[in-house]
Amino acid sequence: MGNSSGAVALRGEQSFLSKHQKGFVIITFMVIPMALLFLFTYLPFFKMIQFSFYNRNYLSEGTWVGLKNYIDVFKRDDCFKTLLVSVYYMGGAVVQLVLALFFATLMVFKVKGSNLYKACLFFPYLICGIAVGFIFKFFYAHGYVLDNILMALGVAEENIPLWLQDTRINNIALVATSVWRYTGQNMVMFMGAMMSVDSTLYEACALDGANNWQKFRYIILPSIKTIIVLNLILAISGSLCAFEPPYVITNGTMGTGTYFVIMNRIAHENQKVGLACAMAIVLLVIIILCTVGQKLFFKYAYQTSDDGSDPRPRLKNERYAAKKAGKAGV
Amino acid sequence: MGSKLKASTPGAIAFGILKYVCLIGASIIAILPVLVCVFTAFKTNEEYQVTSPLDLPASFGYLTNFKEAWSKASMFTGFRNTAVVLVFVLILSIFFSATLAYVLNRFRFAGNGTIRNLFMFASLIPGIATQVTVYQIMYNLGLINHLYGYVIVLCGTDIISIYIFLQFFENLPVSLDESGIIDGCTYFGVFFKILFPLLKPAIVTSCVLKGVSIYNEYYMSNLYLTKDYLKTISTALYAFVGPYGSQYNYICAGVIITIIPALIIFLLCQDHIYSGMAAGAVKG
Repeated sequence: MGNSSGAVALRGEQSFLSKHQKGFVIITFMVIPMALLFLFTYLPFFKMIQFSFYNRNYLSEGTWVGLKNYIDVFKRDDCFKTLLVSVYYMGGAVVQLVLALFFATLMVFKVKGSNLYKACLFFPYLICGIAVGFIFKFFYAHGYVLDNILMALGVAEENIPLWLQDTRINNIALVATSVWRYTGQNMVMFMGAMMSVDSTLYEACALDGANNWQKFRYIILPSIKTIIVLNLILAISGSLCAFEPPYVITNGTMGTGTYFVIMNRIAHENQKVGLACAMAIVLLVIIILCTVGQKLFFKYAYQTSDDGSDPRPRLKNERYAAKKAGKAGV
Repeated sequence: MGSKLKASTPGAIAFGILKYVCLIGASIIAILPVLVCVFTAFKTNEEYQVTSPLDLPASFGYLTNFKEAWSKASMFTGFRNTAVVLVFVLILSIFFSATLAYVLNRFRFAGNGTIRNLFMFASLIPGIATQVTVYQIMYNLGLINHLYGYVIVLCGTDIISIYIFLQFFENLPVSLDESGIIDGCTYFGVFFKILFPLLKPAIVTSCVLKGVSIYNEYYMSNLYLTKDYLKTISTALYAFVGPYGSQYNYICAGVIITIIPALIIFLLCQDHIYSGMAAGAVKG
C-alpha cells in the first residue's frame, strides 16, 4: 500500500502488547473526528437526499412527491437558471488570478517597499465578510464614494449608473468586491510558490542575460503551473457556490441572486425544504462532475510532471509520487 | 554593451517605472474603500451630510460614532463571543485534525483508505448546501443557541486542517517515531512528546486559515446563535442593516471597530500569516 510506512518500519516491535496499543490509539484518536464527520456531513447529506423527494417544511413530515422537486429545479425560472449568474463569478475569478499572478511576479523581482504593497493588497482578505458588505454598500451607494471619484475624474453625473440596481452591471459590481477581497490572498499564495523555486535558477538565467519576461515565461510559470491550474479549477466550483457578496450586499435582488442565495431563500424564507434539498443535490452532482474532470485532467496532463508540487495528497499513488519527488511541502 | 548594467536601457527604465505605477495604483485601490470608511466614521452627522465622502473629516477626534456603534450593535458581546469561539475551535480542531492525520498517516489498518476518501468526498460538499438539514440535527440535539453548539458544528465541518496535517506528516520522517518507540515511548508518547511539537508550521497554517474563516463566519452564527447575548462579531455588525439605514457614519464606525483587531493581529504576525497562507496554497 505504500502509505503506512510507520507500521512497516515498526515491525520489529510488533509484540502482543504494542499490537493492542496500536488498536487503542487508532480508536481513541479517530472516534471523535469520525463522529463529527458523520454527524455534520454524512447524516445531513443522506437526509438531504431523502428530503429532496418530499414536499415538506422544517417541522412537518411532508408528503412523498417523487422527482417533482428535481423537475422543478430545472423548470422554475428562479432555480437552475441562476447558475448563469455564476458565469460572472467565473470571469471574476479569472481576472483575480491573472491580477494576482501579475502582482506576485512584479514583487518577486526586487521592488522597493514591497512589504507595504503586499500588506495593502492582502489586508482586504482579513476583513470580515459583513464588514466588506457594508464597505461596498457605502462605496457603491448612489452619490457616495464611487460616484464622487468618477465625478472628480470628469465623468458626467448622468452617465453614472446605479451600481447595485442596474441589472447590466450590478453583478459585475458584486464580483468586483470579491476580486478586491481575494486578489491579495491569491497573490500571497503565488508568491509563496514562486519563492520555493530554486534561486539558483534565477541566477543562472540572469547570467544568460534573460530579461524579466523570459524569467517569467521560462522559470516562474512552469514551476507554478500546477498551482495555477488547480486554482482555476477550484474557481469553477467556487463560482458555482458564490454566496456571500450578493447575500450581504444586495440580498439577491435585481437579478444578483446566485444559486445558493436563491436556495437559501427557498429553504429559510419560503420553507420549501424539499425543493432546496433537490437544488443542493443538483449542484453537488455538478461539482462532483467538475472534480472528476479535474482529476482526469491532472492524471493526463501531469502524469509526467516532475515538480512534485501536486497540491493535494488525495490518493495513495499521488502521495507516493509526491514523496518520491522528495519535495518538502513548504 | 550597456545591457550588462541593469536599468540602463530605455525599456528597462520604462519597465521599472511601470512596475511602481502598477503596484502603487493597486495598493491605493485596495486601501481606498477602507480609507473612505475611516474618514466617514469621524464625521459628525451634519458634516457627513454636506461633505463628499472623499473629504477628510474636520477632526479625527470626533468619537461619538464609535461610541454609538459600540453600544448599539453590542460589539462587546460580539467580540467576546467570537474570541471564545475562536479559541475553542482552534484548539479542538487542531487537536482532532492532528490526531486523525497521525493515525491515518502512520498506521496501516483496514479502512484507512476508505476514511481518507470519506473526508475527501466531504470536502466536495458545499457547507451552505447541507445547512438545511444540519439545522434539523442541531435542533434535535439541542445545540441551537449555545456557544458550545456553534463550536461543535464549526469543528465538525473542518476538513482543511486535516489535509494540512496529513500533508505535513508525510514529510516528518518515520525514524522519529522509531527512535521514540525504542526509547520506550508509547504511541501516545510518540505523538504528544515527539511529533506534536514538530507540527508547529502546520499548526500556524491551519490557525491562519481556520482563524480567518471563523472570524468571517456569518451564515452559521446567524442560524445557530439567534439570541442577542450570543451574537458573534459578524452578526453584531449585521445589526446595522435595520435601524441605521443609510447613516453611513455610524455604520463605517462599526466597520472600523471590527477591522481594528484584525489589523492589530495582522501587523503583529504578518510573517506567520503570509507563510501560513502560502503553505495552505500548496496544500489546498
